[in-house]
Amino acid sequence: MTEAGVPSAGRGEGGLSGIGTSVRRLEDPRILRGASEYVDDVPAADALHVALVRSQYGHARLAGIRTEAAARMPGVAAVVTGEDLGPANGPFAHPTWFDARPALKAAIDAMLQPEVIRLLAVERARFAGEPIVAVVADDRYRAEDAARLVEVDYEPLPAIVDPERAEDAGAPLVNPDWGTNRAGHFRVMKGNPEAAFRGADVVVRGRFTIPRQTGAPIEARGVVARPDRRTGGLTVWSSTQAPHWLRDALVASLGLAENQLRVIAPDVGGGFGVKSMVYPEELLVCLLARRLGRAVKWIDTRTEHFLSSIQSRSQRHDVELALRTDGTILGLRDRYLVDAGVSNVEALVVPYNTTAHLQGTYRIPALEVECTIVVTNKAPLSAYRGAGRPEAVFAMERILDRAARALALDPVELRRRNTITADEMPFDAGILYRDGNPLVLDGGDYVACLDRAVEEIGVNAFRRDQAAAREAGRYLGFGVATYVEGTGVGPYEIARVTVEPSGGVVVTVALPSQGQGHQTTLAQLVAAQLGIPLERIRVVQGDTLALAYGGGTIASRTAVVVGNAVHEAARIVRERALALAADALEASVTDLRLEDGRAVVAGSPDRGISLGALARRVAPGVGRLDDSRALALEAQAAFEPQTVTFANGVHAAIVEVDPATGFVRVIRYVVVHDCGRVINPMIVDGQVVGGVAQGIGGALLEQLLYDEGGQLLGGSYMDYGMPRATDLPPIEVVHLETASTRNPLGFKGVGEAGTIAAGPAIAAAVEDALAPFGVSVDAYPLTPEVVHRLAGAGARSGPA
Amino acid sequence: MTTIALRVNGSDVDVEADGAELLADVLRDRLGLYGTRLGCHEGVCGTCTVLLDGVPVRACLVLAGQADGATVTTVEGLAEGDDLSPLQAAFVEHGAAQCGYCTSGMLVAAAALLRDEPRPSEARIREALAGNICRCTGYVKVVDAVLAASGGGEE
Repeated sequence: MTEAGVPSAGRGEGGLSGIGTSVRRLEDPRILRGASEYVDDVPAADALHVALVRSQYGHARLAGIRTEAAARMPGVAAVVTGEDLGPANGPFAHPTWFDARPALKAAIDAMLQPEVIRLLAVERARFAGEPIVAVVADDRYRAEDAARLVEVDYEPLPAIVDPERAEDAGAPLVNPDWGTNRAGHFRVMKGNPEAAFRGADVVVRGRFTIPRQTGAPIEARGVVARPDRRTGGLTVWSSTQAPHWLRDALVASLGLAENQLRVIAPDVGGGFGVKSMVYPEELLVCLLARRLGRAVKWIDTRTEHFLSSIQSRSQRHDVELALRTDGTILGLRDRYLVDAGVSNVEALVVPYNTTAHLQGTYRIPALEVECTIVVTNKAPLSAYRGAGRPEAVFAMERILDRAARALALDPVELRRRNTITADEMPFDAGILYRDGNPLVLDGGDYVACLDRAVEEIGVNAFRRDQAAAREAGRYLGFGVATYVEGTGVGPYEIARVTVEPSGGVVVTVALPSQGQGHQTTLAQLVAAQLGIPLERIRVVQGDTLALAYGGGTIASRTAVVVGNAVHEAARIVRERALALAADALEASVTDLRLEDGRAVVAGSPDRGISLGALARRVAPGVGRLDDSRALALEAQAAFEPQTVTFANGVHAAIVEVDPATGFVRVIRYVVVHDCGRVINPMIVDGQVVGGVAQGIGGALLEQLLYDEGGQLLGGSYMDYGMPRATDLPPIEVVHLETASTRNPLGFKGVGEAGTIAAGPAIAAAVEDALAPFGVSVDAYPLTPEVVHRLAGAGARSGPA
Repeated sequence: MTTIALRVNGSDVDVEADGAELLADVLRDRLGLYGTRLGCHEGVCGTCTVLLDGVPVRACLVLAGQADGATVTTVEGLAEGDDLSPLQAAFVEHGAAQCGYCTSGMLVAAAALLRDEPRPSEARIREALAGNICRCTGYVKVVDAVLAASGGGEE
């Protein structure tokens, strides 16, 4: 079910393609014919192919590497170790290690170890899957065959795998030069937690564990790098969420100028955060292309992807909540540990997101948070859809359910009593956001959202069904979880809108797409201003040569930051087009309308001029150069958000649990969410539902496990439980719209929303289903094995 | 190298290939049919699904030599000339594609289902597509699209 409020305010002249309309995606006809172009499809028949020899151990000294046999194989162009690369191997400052704002660092007394990136491991491998040797051959088959002939002498070293033991005396050190495995630490205080806990009627405590998971896009990573003889540099195609960050990293690692590099993100087959980091493999392939003077290509295998692309979540929380008997929250304490694996590559991004989102939709007068980040011998940690928020919401929502039980209150009622009301907006949460600004929730009716979710799923009727089912020996459960999400993070994005001589429009933005439908939604914003058919608008994105400045498609930011920049550029073009048309048609601007690619005089549609003709009138070099702002019917604009804008929502789930098999079936799943004004409800719906699917997969199936030597147990889709069509229920979505006050278009981001609250909603529902067994759900995924064990442990003391 | 005779999307072609080459690589690199995409190289994700003599198979698990003499249908063979097939059109109508990477295999698998069972139930559609992993959509709109293409789900 979709309830799409179509906003009327501020609507342009885009008619049926304007903001708030579910127009069909412009991307689709190409995709459905199989004609999209991912990095593996970029023409590169002449390219050399790279196969990588990766560490077979979680931690090992590399005593010797023998490459001669591989180098002798026919078709092999080069076999390269880190030592062979010399200084070009790095280490370099990690390109996606974003140091925190000084104001934030000071406020939270943050300690952070700067991270580095090296292309190939030298002397020591620090995680299973770390690249050690690159084999370059004239085709992929030969490269892989030759890679098998490389001999690496490993001297296995003790690995540190358990994050709880990372700071034990004598623990193996991931980075001996640090002298510790502690990669970071910070504290956040608000109000007077000590007094809050002293004065509490009830204090509930819990230890909650969020597993190690990953985005696992169906297209893995890949790079094609081609020397450009004209610039002496490279053209690079990479399956990345942030071509500009890769370009900047190549400037640093290859010593080239930006203008010698063109980095393109072609069609990208899913990202989810996994492709937001700059990888050693990307830098390596580019370096090899330069050294060999040939196009060089590397396509990740699925196993390589699981072993060496970023992983996420992986937190353990010790939470205490102080309440009055009526359920009023007085204070919250959370001490949590983040297992960064070999590298905490985005610094505070994930760990501090957790703190920033912990209080969620609730009024919490006193807060004390302490976070410790440790490194271990696993693949590196960075953002995966939600990026620290699912962890926060799991900790908070689980402790609330525990409190509800302790106080014998209905979990929904406990939440309602503590939920920030619409009257309290904007609400100062009393701490800083990750961008260093005060965390002030900007708007939304959180109570209405909660009530709507409970009503949609029919919790009262469900309670009757549940009781009847229990009589019949079936175990049904209901769970609810709420969240906020800071979206649309800065610092800025730029957009350029150009009317072409024949009347088409090109929209140029930096950020690439990984399936979000930007070609359509950004075109809708332009159509709304310029009144031209969507089919005549082309969005150019993800190409560093097209726009020199830009960030990444991350953090639910494109609609907010790029969208508002596109809108502003289109608005300027519109103004200019109307002024030009007024001159051409000898009419007043107020009498003109832009529709169907033309400026027309209202009431006399025959008096008009096409946008193309207007564009040609101002093209320079034909004696019409004037003193206006642009040389053509074109404008460039930036949007710099002051801070993030908060989307919010509620997830409600009904599950059935079979205690005998441990199997959990999700029967109903309702999402009520508010991402501000919606551009395209169909696309937003798809983002939310897809996010929920990842969240449910995470709640029930997915986990990356390592053995004590640092070996990943299972590196394929066979082992990592990605949800399939038969694993998921239909997902019902209700859109509420509270326009953001923090950007002209009133948008809030939505890319990650669906993923954030699924873990705790499902966990609560499973706990509720198994209530007769007295079960506490403190961790996920809730695989059949885990649930069976939980129910069994409860059953030993007998169903209550 | 050996000559492999295939009938691909209605045209007869002779391809020079190593008999041990993957059918997926033959289709992509030798015939330029890049719509067949590889997601795992080990037969789990279903992304490279094509019809081999009418049967959905993983093109990453079939060797070129095994396909000699066979009829192959890829995603490029689904459209009816310039027009999308009703199934493809239903994918557009329902917003069933996001990043599009799994979509080729999803379409081929769904086309085979609808050919054999013109009016499948929702449960049957989910079962038939269970071999194709999608990470973007949560399958809801995919299932809706296949239902709509079958003439079901209109009520």
